[in-house]
Amino acid sequence: MSDTTHHDDHHDHEHHGNFWTNYIFSTDHKVIAKQFLFTAIFWAMIGVGMSVIFRLQLGFPDADLSFLKPILGKWIDATGKLDKEFYLALVTMHGTIMVFFVLTAGLSGTFSNYLIPLQIGAVDMASGFMNMLSYWFFAAAGVIMFYSLFIETGPASGGWVIYPPLSALPQAMPGSGLGMTLWLSSMALFIISTLLGGINYISTVINMRTRGMSFNRLPLTIWAFFITAVIGLLSFPVLFSAALLLIFDRSFGTSFFLSDIYIGGEALPNQGGSAILFQHLFWFLGHPEVYIVLLPALGISSEVIATNSRKPIFGYHAMILSIIGIAVLSFIVWAHHMFVTGMDPFLGTIFMFLTLIIAVPSAVKAFNYITTLWKGNLVFTPAMLFSIGLISLFIVGGLTGIHLASAAIDIQLHDTYFVVAHFHLVMGSASFFGMLAGIYHWFPKMFGRMMDAKMGYFHFWTTFIGVYAIFFPMHFIGVAGFPRRYYSHTAFEPFGLFTDLNMFISTAAILTFFAQFVFVFNFVYSMFKGRLAPANPWKSNTLEWTTPRFPGHGNWVGAIPQVFRWPYDYSKPGAKDDFIPQHIPYSETPESNLPFEQKLAEFEKQEQQEGIRIQKESQITTDNNENV
Amino acid sequence: MNGLLIAAVGVLFLVLMALIYRVFMLVRVAKDTKEPNAKDSRVGMSNKVNSILFIVFFFVLFASIFAYGFSEKVKYILPESSSIHGIEIDFLFWLTTAVTFFVFIITHILLFFFPYVYRYKEHKRATFIPHNNQLEIAWTIVPAIVLTALVVTGWTVWSDITDPAPEDALHIEVMGHQFAWKVRYGGKDGKIGKFNYMKIDPTNQVGMDFEADESNYDDFMYNELRLPKGRPVLLKIRSRDVLHSVFLPHFRVKMDAVPGMPTQFWFTPTKTAEDVKKELREINDPNAEAFQYKLACTEICGGSHFAMFMNVSVLEADEFQKWYDSEEAWAAKNVDYLKEKKIKNIPSNLASN
Repeated sequence: MSDTTHHDDHHDHEHHGNFWTNYIFSTDHKVIAKQFLFTAIFWAMIGVGMSVIFRLQLGFPDADLSFLKPILGKWIDATGKLDKEFYLALVTMHGTIMVFFVLTAGLSGTFSNYLIPLQIGAVDMASGFMNMLSYWFFAAAGVIMFYSLFIETGPASGGWVIYPPLSALPQAMPGSGLGMTLWLSSMALFIISTLLGGINYISTVINMRTRGMSFNRLPLTIWAFFITAVIGLLSFPVLFSAALLLIFDRSFGTSFFLSDIYIGGEALPNQGGSAILFQHLFWFLGHPEVYIVLLPALGISSEVIATNSRKPIFGYHAMILSIIGIAVLSFIVWAHHMFVTGMDPFLGTIFMFLTLIIAVPSAVKAFNYITTLWKGNLVFTPAMLFSIGLISLFIVGGLTGIHLASAAIDIQLHDTYFVVAHFHLVMGSASFFGMLAGIYHWFPKMFGRMMDAKMGYFHFWTTFIGVYAIFFPMHFIGVAGFPRRYYSHTAFEPFGLFTDLNMFISTAAILTFFAQFVFVFNFVYSMFKGRLAPANPWKSNTLEWTTPRFPGHGNWVGAIPQVFRWPYDYSKPGAKDDFIPQHIPYSETPESNLPFEQKLAEFEKQEQQEGIRIQKESQITTDNNENV
Repeated sequence: MNGLLIAAVGVLFLVLMALIYRVFMLVRVAKDTKEPNAKDSRVGMSNKVNSILFIVFFFVLFASIFAYGFSEKVKYILPESSSIHGIEIDFLFWLTTAVTFFVFIITHILLFFFPYVYRYKEHKRATFIPHNNQLEIAWTIVPAIVLTALVVTGWTVWSDITDPAPEDALHIEVMGHQFAWKVRYGGKDGKIGKFNYMKIDPTNQVGMDFEADESNYDDFMYNELRLPKGRPVLLKIRSRDVLHSVFLPHFRVKMDAVPGMPTQFWFTPTKTAEDVKKELREINDPNAEAFQYKLACTEICGGSHFAMFMNVSVLEADEFQKWYDSEEAWAAKNVDYLKEKKIKNIPSNLASN
């Protein structure tokens, strides 16, 4: 690379804007990714903090919560008890915030944005402007949701699934008034943000891959982000339509979801609507949403596990196929959330079969991860620990999915703590672990500095033990039939026996919550004072580690590297090092090439000579032209 | 209780102190920042410690699951089902649990022991095994077969449960509203009269439509859900405001109550509360004497969702019949109301009262 081209490229990509264009309304994917990350961490603290408050109520029903008055104000009554309507508001907001703002925006928003251009070798997203809009729609959604926490009647409180008629009728509960209106407005903006982001991710992956980066050389992270964006693009509009119809029912007197209702001493005029229709629409998004949060986490852990096992991911193509299989199936299993809604039992049968099919690609993924560890040379970075934790949670949560997918068993377990345990493990915690693994792994790239590993270990072990201590006992409570979203379990004899276990869960939850501050501290501290990161701290193969320590706008100084091989050439027999990055041509590694790669190497050489010849010819033509 | 809270705060304090200590240490380290020497070993002592911790975690996890699962079993597992189909559901549940727990243990032995066995060693190389199609096929097909077996067993139970109710089933209407249940029996003719939500008012809480359906006149309501032992019961479930869900945990019954869309569920109660108490006494359950069947709401329905329950009792068949026949019809108790509403087709025996 000559100095002149270097300078030219530099000139092309480096735009020197002011503070606002560089850090606030930036169109650079790396800055936007960090904006998503910071916002998600902010929301995670609020969302998890809410769960700690309602865990206090559940674990210590007799405790005096007056000390929370400075935060919760009138929601703590004179005797120091949490308001029961506000308990439901907390549950609702916890669900909404964690599912959408933390795990959807925090995972896809951060890592798709950050890694897609860097790992496929692109200077930026297909549309930087749309990408910026995506963040700011998300920010606006967040502002509205945040505002709704402080209004007189309280935020939306009908559960994160907002089933009408409860969510449609302000008479039914205070949270269904202004709080619900704000919830719907916020979600509408959020969906726009997701769609803007998704379109961008898809078009970038399809169109902007660097030379040689064919689809079967894409890192699994990119495959996961790509398929996630496709799922999001197909399912979020359905939620949007459901929200829109609900807005109509709430504000314009239509009866899409309302029928035959007598409430607050009067019979409403609405007739002919179907409350179940909403559930179909909601879960048509709702179920794919599970995979929207889980697939990016699985993608991240694939990359982290392969890198730190110093071994190729086992069954690269099987992994891709299972991602695609999960994506397709995720659209035809939604009604397993509705076995006991009075839906036609035959439909229940169909959905039971389809749901159990989706367990097969999931099992394939789990086995592939475990086999990747087998005969590896494992380096336990914090990211690696979180990825192993993720697999464990994915398995334990996935297995209870088999119970719930069976319609007959679901009769007893539906809407009990068994379900709470199931999805918090497989979707909540597993995805959260994926997010943390991603942060620990790519922090050196994002901020050019290393996070403290020892604090990372502490964070992992407290969180891992914590998550098991919080969610595993919930299986016991669920098997005993204790329903979800109960403010108190003492009012109800058969469920009155769980005080000890609930106390244990709550204590674990509080400790785990506070352990997260170790992470926050590590994150903030390392951002400014961490040890400077080497160019490729994990000795990884993917392209992002070929960029400078602090990649500028445009990512690479000089030409974008060309890709010659798949991203998992770890510990290849014969190779000097235990990794061969993607941009190293086969012709440079004759000692480790497999027979078919040897052919590719020769082909590369020919191509290279061809390239030089063309360059020379054009040089001659230019020279001739100049002479003329 | 407060003691635990204080303990929690105490632990937090310790964590905080540890953090502060760490801050000082980091500052010290940060002062002499330098690039790590590439020649140094890639991992330190922590790598081994972490890998051992996985094994420790494995034993602690499974030991606590087993210890708690067995010692507190009596307390947490519901008494054997009091309905016929419930026994099948329980069988399915335990079958699935056995299969999944087996997989849980096997996968976790691998997952938590591999870290130690294959931890990083400086002069070792990982084995380059990118894929193995036989293995992939094996672990696609084996789960598929196991799942098919489970799903087919589950399906037979599901279709038994959702079959139409037998002809002789007793019909009972259960209506949910914020925040209570209303139970209505068909009276002498055993037929539950038609309702119309426009007819609901503070007296006629379930909206019986007397003009549309005369079989309403002998219907009666009761303040608990009484069921006959050994006879199929068909619950006709509805709601008059928001979604609710009828949950009879001891009978393994659950069905949503949806405004505008009546649902149903049929089952056969097999034990009175006294029968269950006897069983519980036999296994020395300390809570045996307090045993009581309950109906709970399992679909979020507003602030007092958690307190929306009703007592349930199962009576011996003859005892039940005696009670059923002795109950006075709702209409007979509320003749004044019917007259006030100017209902035209009041039967003569009532109208003369």
